[in-house]
Amino acid sequence: MNRFLWPLIAFALLMVVMVVGLNNADRKGIIRSPLIGQPAPVFDAPDLLDPSARVTSAQLLGGWHLVNVWGTWCVECRAEHATLLAISREGKMPVIGLDWKDSDEDAKVWLQQLGNPYQHVGADRDGRIAIDWGVYGAPESFLVDPSGTVRQKRTGAMSEELWSRCFLPYLSEPQPKIPADCT
Amino acid sequence: MWIELGHFALVLALFVAAGQAFFGLVGAAKQRLDWLPLVRASVLVQTLLTLFAGATLINAFVRNDFSVGYVADHSNSMLPMFYRVAALWGAHEGSLLLWITILALWTVAVRARMHRLPPLFAARVLGVLGLISVGFLLFTLTTSNPFLRLLPPAVDGADLNPLLQDFALAVHPPILYTGYVGFSVTFAFACAALLEGRRDHVWARWMRPWTVMSWAFLSCGIALGSWWAYYELGWGGYWFWDPVENASFMPWLTGTALIHSLAVTDKRGLFKSWTLLLAIGAFSLSLIGTFLVRSGVLVSVHSFAADPARGIFILAFLVVLIGGALALYAWRAPLLQSEAGFALLSRESFLLFNNILLVVATLVVLGGTLAPLIAETLRLGTLSVGPPYFGPAFMVPMLPALVLLGVGFHASWKRGGLQVTSRMLGVVAGVAVLLSVAILLAGYGSRKPLAYVGSALALWIIGSSLIQPIQSLRRGLRMPASVVGMTVAHIGVGLFVLGATLVESASIERDVAMKTGVSVELGGYTYRYTGGEAIEGPNYDGFRAHVTVSRGTRTVAVLAPEKRRYWVTNSVMTEAGIGAAWNRDLFVALGEDVGDGAWSLRLQYRPLIRFIWLGALIMALGGIITLRDERYRRGAQA
Repeated sequence: MNRFLWPLIAFALLMVVMVVGLNNADRKGIIRSPLIGQPAPVFDAPDLLDPSARVTSAQLLGGWHLVNVWGTWCVECRAEHATLLAISREGKMPVIGLDWKDSDEDAKVWLQQLGNPYQHVGADRDGRIAIDWGVYGAPESFLVDPSGTVRQKRTGAMSEELWSRCFLPYLSEPQPKIPADCT
Repeated sequence: MWIELGHFALVLALFVAAGQAFFGLVGAAKQRLDWLPLVRASVLVQTLLTLFAGATLINAFVRNDFSVGYVADHSNSMLPMFYRVAALWGAHEGSLLLWITILALWTVAVRARMHRLPPLFAARVLGVLGLISVGFLLFTLTTSNPFLRLLPPAVDGADLNPLLQDFALAVHPPILYTGYVGFSVTFAFACAALLEGRRDHVWARWMRPWTVMSWAFLSCGIALGSWWAYYELGWGGYWFWDPVENASFMPWLTGTALIHSLAVTDKRGLFKSWTLLLAIGAFSLSLIGTFLVRSGVLVSVHSFAADPARGIFILAFLVVLIGGALALYAWRAPLLQSEAGFALLSRESFLLFNNILLVVATLVVLGGTLAPLIAETLRLGTLSVGPPYFGPAFMVPMLPALVLLGVGFHASWKRGGLQVTSRMLGVVAGVAVLLSVAILLAGYGSRKPLAYVGSALALWIIGSSLIQPIQSLRRGLRMPASVVGMTVAHIGVGLFVLGATLVESASIERDVAMKTGVSVELGGYTYRYTGGEAIEGPNYDGFRAHVTVSRGTRTVAVLAPEKRRYWVTNSVMTEAGIGAAWNRDLFVALGEDVGDGAWSLRLQYRPLIRFIWLGALIMALGGIITLRDERYRRGAQA
């Protein structure tokens, strides 16, 4: 055999490995939150709008909740705000806000001006709660089921399309088939 | 509007590049000398269009046009001007545009010097380069277009990754890419030689300056990237064997082998088919590296946005370009038989060993990088390969290479034998061993055997490479630029090895919690934490600590490590405080506020770490010096 063919053969084998790798790539690109399937992290935060009340993880029990981490300093949060208002109006579940590393005054002005989609907003002033939730950039949204277990997570702005494709299926079936690109 | 014009210019550039490939390759096949002006014109037009497209995108960044999606994703109105320009290549789409622009500039450089080449050979070279351009332009326009509008426009941008807001990082991609992409010229020369079915080896001389130039840029780019990782990632390492680093290191190793085998092919007409294979290999590894980094196939700390669609495109492109080149090689390389022989102890033999060992080193890196993928293919589960494999495995081929390097210098071409007495080499080796023992015992008290081996090898290489220049100076002989450059480059290798050895074997580090006024001893230096303050920058706030380092009663450095929080992305970055001197770095990184006014600090003492980057730059400088050699300055004729 022509020994000058060997490089081509080696290259062909390499390509096989690459094709297999590429087939599996979509499973690796997704950062699955280690929280999914785990109980929601415990927290106890002052209520942003009611100085006498607290917002706690105990309130997540007994019904579906969407926990949304946001801040007035976050541009993407402004972009997703309309979607959150729509989700709140839709009434399938309450939205609980976690106002992350923010000034209370800015946050109140923001909710007055843009509307308030949240049932309660906890003020996570020093960001300790967000650390427990593994947040690495706002906005992030977590779907929590009636037993208090985190079922789904979105890093980045929520959209109506994502909401209906990646989150709502959980309400109707126990183990829904979720498209691979839901993150 | 400008951005649409830029987008349009890039589409036009695609068609012009296709014309360049067609007129160059088909024209040469049909022996149409009259098509040559068309090839020349399309090169120029394609370059101008690409430069214009790049300029419109820079303009969008500078003017904070957040209606452009790419700008909105990677810039911010608070970002300083310098980084707004550099943000162009801060992510996948823009860095592809940078790649295309640099390819266009290399092509124009080939065009400017093509009068030294036979016209049809030049047409083939430019044709192959046109083909590569077509691939990258198609890739950019179909899967990674930075010119798309965002509707409605963003209020403000999402900001450039704070890790990238740094001088060395802002400048290293253009330099690195100049090296990477330069290998496409070498590749094009190899393909042109194969397409012509040449039996001679004149192409080796034509190829040499381009190869050395690309290699020098690649060396500088890798050194800058490593330096950046050292001071910016905050934990004081300079090389992590990360897939992205390996992606640049593999072409470098192959390119180094290529430079040496080109010397043999040029001078003696040997190793012709091997040299062509290396030329194809160096560029192929650049492309494969691109694929690995940008397709999401491997997970890397440098991760670019992963997208399988992009992966499929690059894979197809690899199959066409590299598969095509290797098929061409399998068809034409049998023509390239060499008759000449050489003796066992000749320069040719040593360069052959050099090549074998460098290729083995490349395979070690390639194997480690691909191991997780191969394990996946064979369903062996997930596998992670890191420094514990790469470090020792890489040394297996490199240690003998370094030993042979010191002898190889002095071997004669063809008939063999050494140009210096073996007694002389023995003296150099003996001095190197004694000196390294003395330095290590007196200066560092290191007991690791590898420290002695490494530093003795480094001194052996430096000493051995100085023999010939010293003899020439004594006899008043003038050395050709190629010999000067070679000597300088190998001294660079020695300095690099010395630096890497000492950093690996004699570094000291410690994590401590310190309050104001507290002192800690480390490696003969006293670190005293004198307090800190809140800081505010253009787009971040944070905390700066002050650490005074003294030796005896003398203050040697006042360091100010910082911890910054970038507002827009809300991400926290550390800026290390580094007290640099030629012979050591004192490195302090700020950890966490542990409460009660105390901070955790990582203190490090790193001996001779500057030699690592200095060595790489001196290697590159050596390469540049060889380009001054008269051989390349004369016009070459077939």
